[in-house]
Amino acid sequence: MRAPWLLAGLLLLSVASLIFALAAGSVTIAWSELWAFMSGGEESLGSSLVLELRLPRALAAFATGGMLALAGALMQVLLRNPLADPYILGISGGAAVGALLTMLLGAGGIWLTGSAFGGALLSMLLVFALAHGRGSWTATRLLLTGVVVAAGWGALISLILSLSPDAQLRGMLFWLMGDLSHADDPWPGLLVLVLGLALSLPLARNLNVLARGELQAGALGVAVAPLRVGVYLIASLLTAVAVTTAGSVGFVGLVVPHLLRLVIGNDQRLLLPASALLGGSLLTLADTLARTVAAPQQLPVGVVTALLGVPVFLYLLSRSHR
Amino acid sequence: MTALLQAQGLEVAIAGKRVCRDLDLAIERGQCWGMLGRNGIGKTTLLHTLAGLRAPLAGAIFLEDVILDTLPRHRIAQSIGVLFQHSEDPFPGTVLETALIGRHPYLIAWQWEGVEDRRRAWQALAAVGMEEMMDRQVATLSGGERQRLAIATLLVQEPRLMLLDEPANHLDLCHQITILDLLASQARDEGRALLMIGHDLNLTARYCDHVLLLFGEGETLCGEVAEVLTETNLERLYGCAVRCVEVDGRRLFVAG
Repeated sequence: MRAPWLLAGLLLLSVASLIFALAAGSVTIAWSELWAFMSGGEESLGSSLVLELRLPRALAAFATGGMLALAGALMQVLLRNPLADPYILGISGGAAVGALLTMLLGAGGIWLTGSAFGGALLSMLLVFALAHGRGSWTATRLLLTGVVVAAGWGALISLILSLSPDAQLRGMLFWLMGDLSHADDPWPGLLVLVLGLALSLPLARNLNVLARGELQAGALGVAVAPLRVGVYLIASLLTAVAVTTAGSVGFVGLVVPHLLRLVIGNDQRLLLPASALLGGSLLTLADTLARTVAAPQQLPVGVVTALLGVPVFLYLLSRSHR
Repeated sequence: MTALLQAQGLEVAIAGKRVCRDLDLAIERGQCWGMLGRNGIGKTTLLHTLAGLRAPLAGAIFLEDVILDTLPRHRIAQSIGVLFQHSEDPFPGTVLETALIGRHPYLIAWQWEGVEDRRRAWQALAAVGMEEMMDRQVATLSGGERQRLAIATLLVQEPRLMLLDEPANHLDLCHQITILDLLASQARDEGRALLMIGHDLNLTARYCDHVLLLFGEGETLCGEVAEVLTETNLERLYGCAVRCVEVDGRRLFVAG
């Protein structure tokens, strides 16, 4: 069996990426010191740097990447469209409008988080209600509704940007590109990631069947309608929390499931946990690079994920025979 | 013995058009049914209704005396299998993986397919002549190979009633016969049953003992092949001349 080895390898990668994130930065911390800090040695400047700044940010990055990749994998099966990503149904647009409006009003902190999450939930309910309509809830109808709602949010975002004073534009653009520099509380993300995995793993074989069409899934004993609603809610919640934590980090949700599909195929029982681990590792590494490469300048992490991910993905795609 | 599948007073419509009205139908174990009718008359819609995949306007469907829509979906899937006209595969997958999803209704949430499930999948793939292609990607298969894979998946599901939407589609002449021989013998000899939609009157006459004709406007006719498959009925069914000739003791139909 290759499956346990693959998951063990990805777990190892996850741990390595977290250690790298703790060690690297303006002050490089040695391995031995890191171990002492983690096992609760005496307090020092180094230990508070690692435990109070780097650790929460690294965990938040891991949770965000994991949630995005898991949500992407779920959305791709739900819409039976390999091009789907967590943002395709407008959730990040709703969150962005909420966040930018708060920034425009000059508020921050809990207000920013709250309004981003509120915007995401609003968008999720809006798409859900509109796609339901009076007719049936087909994948195409859901996709079209989501894409159009997302376009509407896009217009609002442009409107807010064009009305905003210059002083706030930079912060807004960073938020839109995805930025983890304000992510100091990783627990909601980690909790939702674990919850999302726990809820979606028992559905994984159902999703394998759903990927082959709704009628086929129905004929093979899947209760399609509740499954679709459930998966939509899980994927939306994951995306909403991810966007609230880090803004619209692109690329992870689209490409991580694809990368894995090229290597292990489309069995969701493997793909879902593998996506969560690889997405988490990738974003942790990318965020560490984002804050070290051009230090003291910090780059938006979304730019780094895309710059790293695009060539890797194209290389794998050109080598694959699938 | 009760009928495997029974419809009482069934009324089905799609897009405002009546497919059948007050249809009574009983499919018994060991029977092979054919369903005939013009393009767009509602054959597939009726097939999906009988499989419990869409609700009828009126009437009831019984699976071994139990009302179909009171059963949970996975229980229905253990008894009724459907071969669809189209298969979808937007994601990569191998032939073996595809055949294995036929075991889905028998596995619980956390369970993985075991040795026995693999053996069944291998057996079904061998039965349709695809044992050499187990590791091939589905996207690389031809139309006929995909059709045989879909039939193998159905065999892996081991339903007592097979509802087949144009099973001979894409199959070459030889495979039409071997595959339909296989399906009909499963129905007859193992106490199962099948209902197949088709446009080839000769295949229907060769394999089916009962037929259901859909005339449109909700009118239907069903009964034994020998009584129902007549020139008069078929001319009314298709709206064109049909001749019946006898070759080697077998009735053949040609457009007149």
